[in-house]
Amino acid sequence: MKYVDEFRNPALARQLLHRIEQRSQRPVRLMEFCGGHTHAIMRYGLRSLLPPTVDLRSGPGCPVCVTANADLDRAIALARVPGLILTTFGDMVRVPGSRESLQDAKAGGADVRLVYSTLDALKIARENPARPVVFLGVGFETTAPTVAAAILQAQAEGLDNFSVLSLHKLTPPATRAILDSGEIALDGIIGPGHVTTIIGAGAWAFLPEEYNLPVAVAGFEPLDILRAVADLIDMIEDGSPAVSNSYARSVSRQGNPTAVDIMGRAFQTGAAEWRGLGAVPASGLSIRPGLVQFDAAHLYQVDPGPTKEHKGCRCGDVLRGTFTPPECPLFGKACTPIRPIGPCMVSAEGACAAYYQFGQEE
Amino acid sequence: MSKDLILLAHGSGGRLSHDLVERLFLKHFGNPVLLQLDDSAVVDLPASQDDPRRFVASPPRIAFSTDSYVVSPLVFPGGDIGKLAVCGTVNDLSMSGARPLWLSAGFIIEEGLPFDDLEGVVASMAATAASAGVPIVTGDTKVVDRGSADKLFINTAGVGLVPPGTTVAGDQAQPGDVILLNGTIGDHGMTIMTQREGLQFASPLVSDCAPLNGLVADLLQALPAGSLHCLRDPTRGGLATALNELATRSQVGIEIDETSVPVREPVRAACELLGLDPLYVANEGKLIAIVAPEAAGAALAALRAHRYGQEATIVGHVVEAHPGRVVLRTALGARRIVDMLVGEQLPRIC
Repeated sequence: MKYVDEFRNPALARQLLHRIEQRSQRPVRLMEFCGGHTHAIMRYGLRSLLPPTVDLRSGPGCPVCVTANADLDRAIALARVPGLILTTFGDMVRVPGSRESLQDAKAGGADVRLVYSTLDALKIARENPARPVVFLGVGFETTAPTVAAAILQAQAEGLDNFSVLSLHKLTPPATRAILDSGEIALDGIIGPGHVTTIIGAGAWAFLPEEYNLPVAVAGFEPLDILRAVADLIDMIEDGSPAVSNSYARSVSRQGNPTAVDIMGRAFQTGAAEWRGLGAVPASGLSIRPGLVQFDAAHLYQVDPGPTKEHKGCRCGDVLRGTFTPPECPLFGKACTPIRPIGPCMVSAEGACAAYYQFGQEE
Repeated sequence: MSKDLILLAHGSGGRLSHDLVERLFLKHFGNPVLLQLDDSAVVDLPASQDDPRRFVASPPRIAFSTDSYVVSPLVFPGGDIGKLAVCGTVNDLSMSGARPLWLSAGFIIEEGLPFDDLEGVVASMAATAASAGVPIVTGDTKVVDRGSADKLFINTAGVGLVPPGTTVAGDQAQPGDVILLNGTIGDHGMTIMTQREGLQFASPLVSDCAPLNGLVADLLQALPAGSLHCLRDPTRGGLATALNELATRSQVGIEIDETSVPVREPVRAACELLGLDPLYVANEGKLIAIVAPEAAGAALAALRAHRYGQEATIVGHVVEAHPGRVVLRTALGARRIVDMLVGEQLPRIC
């Protein structure tokens, strides 16, 4: 498969691994921000191929996982509003809230529909003019522009039965929150490839400048990730932290100004609640006051009931990188993808799901 | 299970389906024949009508199987719900080494289905049954109110004869055995996926839907008695789930090589685009054959000589280590565990 196979080439992977082995002297701990990276690392077995000096830690880069229980409960309560159609990306459906998941609500009669794009949600709204259609907006800077575009499109069409419950979040503030907590010592960060395609590699300049940390923005194929690790090891060993871009086929320094502009037209920045990180200032996207008729948070007053955290679940620690999934006492025992207790075991980007699905042999 | 409601994932063929079978159906229906848990039940024939408790001392044995089909859309490149319903049951019977003899067909039709649509499906069933050489000998029809079913559901059941000396079953894999596959994986599931509303994109994908009884007969004929240990068709849940079932049933380990599992380019591309793993995508014309090592060459030759096995390959081996587990050697040389499908990759593909 052209343009994918080149980035899975075993001979080139061996070369990069050799370069890493040669260069890596002192033990380092690197955080892959993205759940997508965790999945690729596990799927291709990269952890077992890297030298023991390189410790990879999963970060908070799973939008479904960082959605707080209170927000999940609100989405589930919305789905139960009679007549309302809740549209969502598939991953959200199985995540357990305080008492139930959207999947449970769906089996109980709520009209929850999986969509692959916000365009599908708009289509459902057009086809059901008499029914309110809410899109559950979960995602980082990667997804937020498409949701913003859908809101602006609905405004242009006068599609007044369409609205969005925006739980969108921004990644640089979350990275700061982890570093500021001082809970985990990190030597470098594998930067999120898709997010950075939108916000530009320049958005990570604060890491070398303020935190003296190297960052390597990476794509999602094995060679992309190995190249990023090799770059990070070089920068660490040379003592010259910078922003390296090993995903230049997608990421530029300035990013995608059109997408950033659309995001800014529909959303404004504010504090947001993250699972594991708590309230993080300027890390959430809410719908601008001028578009309040498309803001489901404003349109529907639902009672989500009291928020309850899952007993024993260490998703919060996993998202901060202070725990690896197998260190959680529930991992693979009480918590499995069939009966997930925390969201990290559910999502296609969840670290626990990656460790479980692509488990290494004991 | 979740608050006592049936979820779509209970029908996915993966872990939740297995839970449903074990915790509900086996609990209530449990008997030694059902506990074989293979694609079809293999039973001994009673010796005489006077005393059904007396069984014939030696075979013939009967294979018996049933399956329901709810695929949407009804017609897709490479097949339709009727062809699928015939192939599915023919294949389930064949996986016990049986020669399928007769089929039944039950139709649940939604009020308002165009007659021509139904006739198209029925004609396709007839053609498929004829090509497989297995007649449909009994049937039933029900029509339900509009909205009570989605256009058309079909159930087929079938009976076959297991040739004497055939001991093919899911629990027969032994360390050292060789695992063969009769061709590429993921064709059916991805074909349906690309036909679904909201995801339609132009693609050259064609379902692999095919009756495999001829292929199995050739395989049995080509191999020394007793050297064909297991057969399984990797339908819902894909190759990964089927291999996990075999590893569990036989209490052996299975090792496969990522680079030796054939996947067509458009299937790989569509999987890549949608974030799916071909190992978990359904097939409707594929079989896994586990054979004694000395029979591997003959098995591969027999598969490749048949029109439904031209792209057959050896994909892995049975090992003594890690019983119940399937381990994949990745293209980069790392090893990882391949689990059963959890949840639901594709809705209503068969």
